[in-house]
Amino acid sequence: MSLSRREFLKSSAAASAAAAIGMSVPSELEAAASEAEGGWRWDKAACRFCGTGCGIMMATKNGKIVAVKGDPAAPVNRGLNCIKGYFNAKIMYGADRLTQPLLRVDSNGNFDKKGKFAPVSWERAFDEMEVNIKKALKESGPEGVGVFASGQYTVMEGYAAQKMMKGGFRSNAIDPNARHCMASAVVGFYQTFGVDEPSGCYDDIELTDTVVAWGSNMAEMHPILWSRVTDRKLSDPDRVKVISIQTYTHRTSDLADTEIIFSPNTDTALWNYVAREIVYNNPESIDWDFIKKHIIFAAGPVNIGYGMRRKGEKSLKDGKYSAKEMEIIDKEMKTTVSAKEAPALEPYGYKEGDTMKHTPGTLGHWEISFEEYKKSLAPYTLDYTAKIVKGDPDESIESFKAKLQELADLYIEKDRKVVSFWTMGMNQHTRGTWCNTLSYNVHFLLNKQAKPGNGAFSLTGQPSACGTAREVGTFTHRLPADMMVKNPKHRKIVENKWNVPEGTLNGVGKQHIMAIHRGIEDGLVKFAWVNVCNPYQDSASATHWIKAAREMDNFIVTSDGYPGISAKVSDLILPSAMMYEKWGAYGNAERRTQHWRQQVIPVGDAMSDTWQWVELSKRFTVKDVWGSYAPSGPRKKALPSVIDKAIAMGYTEDTTMFDILFANDTAKSYKLDQNDPIQKGYDNSECYGDSRNVVGSDGKVFEGYGFFIHKYLFEEYAAFTRGHGHDLAPFDVYHKVRGLKWPVVDGKETQWRFNAKYDPYAAKATKESGNSHAFYGTLAKALQHGSLMGKDKASKKTGLKNKAKIFARPYMDPPEMPDAEYPMWLSTGRVLEHWHSGTMTMRVPELYRAVPEALCYMHPQDAKEKDLKQGALCWVESRRGKVKARVETRGRNRPSRGLAYVPWFDEKVFINKVCLDATCPMSKQTDFKKCAVKIYKA
Amino acid sequence: MATLWNSYRYLVLRRVTQIGLLVLYFGANAWGWTILMGNLSSSRFLDFVPMSDPYAALQMLVAGAVLATDLLIGVAVVTVFYLLIGGRAFCSWVCPINMITDAANFLRRKLEIDRIQGSKQPASRNMRYWILALSLIISAIMGLTAFEFISPISMVHRGIVFGLGFGWAAMLIIFLFDLFVLKNGWCGHVCPLGGFYSLLGKFSLIRVQHYEENCTLCMKCKTVCPEHQVLHMIGKKSLPVLSGECSNCARCIEVCDDDALGFSIRNLAENKKTGE
Amino acid sequence: MSENRPEIKKKKREPLSDRRKFILNMARGVGLVTMGGFVWSAYVDEVTASTLLLRPPGAIKEKDFLKTCIKCGLCALACPYDTLLLAKPGDNKPLGTPYFIPRDIPCYMCPDIPCVPVCPTGALDETSVTTDGVLDINIADMGLAIVDDESCIAFWGIQCDACYRACPLLGEAITIEYEKNARTGKHAFMKPIVHSDACTGCGLCERACVTEKPAIFVLPRETAMGKAGDYYIKGWDKEDEKRLENAGEIKTTTEISKQSAMDSLNSGMEDLY
Repeated sequence: MSLSRREFLKSSAAASAAAAIGMSVPSELEAAASEAEGGWRWDKAACRFCGTGCGIMMATKNGKIVAVKGDPAAPVNRGLNCIKGYFNAKIMYGADRLTQPLLRVDSNGNFDKKGKFAPVSWERAFDEMEVNIKKALKESGPEGVGVFASGQYTVMEGYAAQKMMKGGFRSNAIDPNARHCMASAVVGFYQTFGVDEPSGCYDDIELTDTVVAWGSNMAEMHPILWSRVTDRKLSDPDRVKVISIQTYTHRTSDLADTEIIFSPNTDTALWNYVAREIVYNNPESIDWDFIKKHIIFAAGPVNIGYGMRRKGEKSLKDGKYSAKEMEIIDKEMKTTVSAKEAPALEPYGYKEGDTMKHTPGTLGHWEISFEEYKKSLAPYTLDYTAKIVKGDPDESIESFKAKLQELADLYIEKDRKVVSFWTMGMNQHTRGTWCNTLSYNVHFLLNKQAKPGNGAFSLTGQPSACGTAREVGTFTHRLPADMMVKNPKHRKIVENKWNVPEGTLNGVGKQHIMAIHRGIEDGLVKFAWVNVCNPYQDSASATHWIKAAREMDNFIVTSDGYPGISAKVSDLILPSAMMYEKWGAYGNAERRTQHWRQQVIPVGDAMSDTWQWVELSKRFTVKDVWGSYAPSGPRKKALPSVIDKAIAMGYTEDTTMFDILFANDTAKSYKLDQNDPIQKGYDNSECYGDSRNVVGSDGKVFEGYGFFIHKYLFEEYAAFTRGHGHDLAPFDVYHKVRGLKWPVVDGKETQWRFNAKYDPYAAKATKESGNSHAFYGTLAKALQHGSLMGKDKASKKTGLKNKAKIFARPYMDPPEMPDAEYPMWLSTGRVLEHWHSGTMTMRVPELYRAVPEALCYMHPQDAKEKDLKQGALCWVESRRGKVKARVETRGRNRPSRGLAYVPWFDEKVFINKVCLDATCPMSKQTDFKKCAVKIYKA
Repeated sequence: MATLWNSYRYLVLRRVTQIGLLVLYFGANAWGWTILMGNLSSSRFLDFVPMSDPYAALQMLVAGAVLATDLLIGVAVVTVFYLLIGGRAFCSWVCPINMITDAANFLRRKLEIDRIQGSKQPASRNMRYWILALSLIISAIMGLTAFEFISPISMVHRGIVFGLGFGWAAMLIIFLFDLFVLKNGWCGHVCPLGGFYSLLGKFSLIRVQHYEENCTLCMKCKTVCPEHQVLHMIGKKSLPVLSGECSNCARCIEVCDDDALGFSIRNLAENKKTGE
Repeated sequence: MSENRPEIKKKKREPLSDRRKFILNMARGVGLVTMGGFVWSAYVDEVTASTLLLRPPGAIKEKDFLKTCIKCGLCALACPYDTLLLAKPGDNKPLGTPYFIPRDIPCYMCPDIPCVPVCPTGALDETSVTTDGVLDINIADMGLAIVDDESCIAFWGIQCDACYRACPLLGEAITIEYEKNARTGKHAFMKPIVHSDACTGCGLCERACVTEKPAIFVLPRETAMGKAGDYYIKGWDKEDEKRLENAGEIKTTTEISKQSAMDSLNSGMEDLY
């Protein structure tokens, strides 16, 4: 780094200023000194991309990251990376990085919704946000302030955002894009185990004999895990079996011994078929000892709708949906039981042609007997299952039946270890929660869950969907460490910890990500802030949400590194520091928490999202946000004022949220210290400011908070986790190790949860009983009783401490299926080369060159019938919209006749305009995997 | 016999030199002789003295190559040598193309082709300087030695020493060109190497001297001279041939029956010119 | 008749002035030179375009080689095996420059490397084949052997190894990878694997290869190898860190990012809703 004389004077001035208030010299000069020797610095970090959680090392030279390597010490990847991981540094240096706040203005420089973007100061940006948040609070209450949060937040960012939203604004309208990706898995965990996140870990791969990939293209979406699966297969090719269960052929099938192509949505039937084979045809394989000690059986209502808009919602009444769209949306209220689903629904009292009236989705369920459960499996004979499940019209029913039998046999085979992996196929599903719980059924019946090499294992898509979105709880309904917004005890714990008045937290957490979009369209949400995600590209029925953002009276802010669709749709854009420009932590799919340090100073005037949240908190005082609010949106009761209580606690009406939530005495006890080996020599733009001398939210050069805010945020959050089976290690420990799988008890990580041998919490719970497992999750651990037909309302709740649940859940049709007008299934998803909406990876020339555009993969015969040539453009059109894409009949994705696959990374092939925003009514996760389209020549 | 020798003595000497050099080079390749190794682009005399083509080196320089010490010494040796004996002495005494173009010229005179075309030549003799400049420009732009990749001189010479390939076609083209297209076409108009030596030859020591007092204006000298413009002083003034384009082939001397032409050393000639 | 025409011309036009004549002549000269220059450049570009040449040991980079080699043939004279040839017209290779065809005569890797020190121009660079002040043919880089595993009979299970045994750096430049032959159940594949760090490209393997057209053949290293760039370092290989010395600041542009952020953000919403 060449320090010019001016820069030197500036930095020495900053240094002396820092010294004056008792801080050590920040890293800038120190770095300059070490780099003057022409060297570089390696430091560990986590990969920016998928949920695998590979460890990487970054080389910094002259204040820029110049090279990357896989971290050979990282247990997940042992120095390897996939091609996205290979480009972790390049994603930061795209030519059009956002470097300054941009606001839509008119010719006089005033905010104008219809104006063009022009650069503004950070101060002006926060002025506009303050005005618009206050306006939204006034008009809609806390429910009017929304945040599109992220599974790519760092732990600290997510925690800061959640704290300000829930503790400051009293708004639960914060929900991460992880809703689109993991929600069904989460509800599946809650329902089955009473607590979130997988019981197993990646070591299962090396220990298992059978890998079954259910609706998961692991080869492209978790490449490093897939190379571990491949190694396992190669190491014992005869013994180890790999089964690929998919709706179309892709790379994951290449390694598989058997590939099962199923018709979209019928995976629920397939799981039930395997369970039926166990219960009816191989009852001896059931481990009754395990079942009796650890499992109860349960059922819930089936007429729960499809998570679409319900009749009477404002935008429906306002006619914002076309007649074509209404054909599907009407099914939210009632459907007619089809011939396909009728046998499956028969045990629940429905027959073909019946009208099923749908009630709003509910998590409610009740205990049933094993006999009832057995009844629910009766329909899934090999004949029925094969008939509805077979997805390739060109495959013979006999060959398909043989494969189903083989699948069941592999699960059932005594002493054969089985891991079932899944990702989006089972989660993005209008019965996603059901499908998740069905997977555990099979593993529980066979006592093949939560044991080394055995278990149903939900893989995450995002790098910190587990670590931030789920564990920190940036969902609308969640609080840190598996606590729930609607649970008054949990709210109280959080209020105490946060030092906010009792009753501050809003108890209604129903504004999930689609509810925020819909709330904007309905005019309820007036202010929305996009953090570390791209909701205007990644949400189905996209046209509605973009139109609502652009044409209604609201204020949309996007914090991003690059100008993606969400930025373009916004009114204000804030330049965000990217991953390695800030201190952070991520948590991967195997519960491994990994930390990294700030490697370089952000580009331009970009600042981290943590900083943006903390600066925003300076603009709001007790009287601004803690007053009373009339009922609004999903909240049917008034929210009382807590200002008096706040004053009683020693705050004044004018105490800022900054002072209460972020710069309190506890926070200030986390000292900056350049003698601390963890901090020494590393930048910390939030805490020290940095050599850019960014002019901050008050119009003055930002000189840092003066305390170690990241450590404070992490430790405060981690305190919630400790002692509750979720224990995180201290901040400093994570900087010395390559991540640890929680619960970390006595410095030791946990490989298999709920297993008394490995999990200290399970060991404690089974001390007296001597049981092998304890499913110690606490949610819904007392149930009423009933049958498949319904709950016995008079029954008493009985407890099921340390027990997990097996659920009776039928196959049901999705709301939209191919018909004469829209004859094809459309499935969407990702590609290996690009991360999510491509804002980062599409800017890496090598990745762009490899995959410059999203293609429409389809069967050659389908293409021929539609007179579409390979490489020619086609329209993919649904009831909601259409996009143009290039036809691909060869290559990596090979659908059977009747299905097309289009990835969603490409903003030019905006496939979410076509997709349907139906969700699992329980998890609210959108089903991006199926809708009906017609495809024709463009 | 003596007359015959008198009229062809230089021609014979030149042919002996030209062929002798070829044999020496060829021998190095074929039988491992070490008298002259390499070829006209660069070679070693007695396996010790380096010799290199200064024009090739100049192209390398503008092309951006790093010039090696050996090469620079070789260039110096060659440059000094030709500064002594006359720049274009290379053309008439060493260059193998000379035999081809002389043959073409001889035949052209015998067939009286000039008479078909008339005496006006369709091209300027200054063309070689343009080509010389162009070769340097192309060398600089393309970063390689432009003339060396098309030079029929090195092609033929290398061909004779190391194997000809289609090099004979280049020889034939030059022969036909000189015969039918342009009198003294290659050596007198096109060849940038000749052009280069012409520039070098301006300063060289050995010169042809005209003694006007002996001249009978028979003009035989002008007829045989491949660069007859250099003999502008014939019958007018006793002057040395100072143009660098003169190749010191000495044909004029040997055809002159009147002792009006002879070799001299530059300074003496100039002294004479100044009338000392 | 020839007297009349100038008359007519005279009537119509003034005679060209000397100045004008001079300018026209100059223009003509420049035009011809430009034309000739293009033809010449195109030709030279074409004849030097060959990238598949194997050069003598110590040859500098092809681009520099073309400007530095004076085509004297001293290297070819020095070669005791007549390996080196000078490109002749008709060979379709950069004229006069030295090369070799390993299938005909490979480089026998003389320890004293006679071809290199004789080079007068440094086109063959002695220092590139010198270790600790001593000539070292083992570090020469004439090319890199490539195995076509479709036609290499060792990959069929036939025990060949001809290339391996011919290799002057046996065990370093070519090693044998052993693999079970599942078809027979009792034999092994012995597959030749070339190691680019040791292979000099001498071509003895290509010469030795027993297939009709050699299944192992030498290509110039530039042609045969890719380049990962200095951006990614192998985390498990300490040596690899050296590449970092060249690594520098990164700036990327693709179709997506070529417009400035302001321009793309302020462009229309047509495609969005």
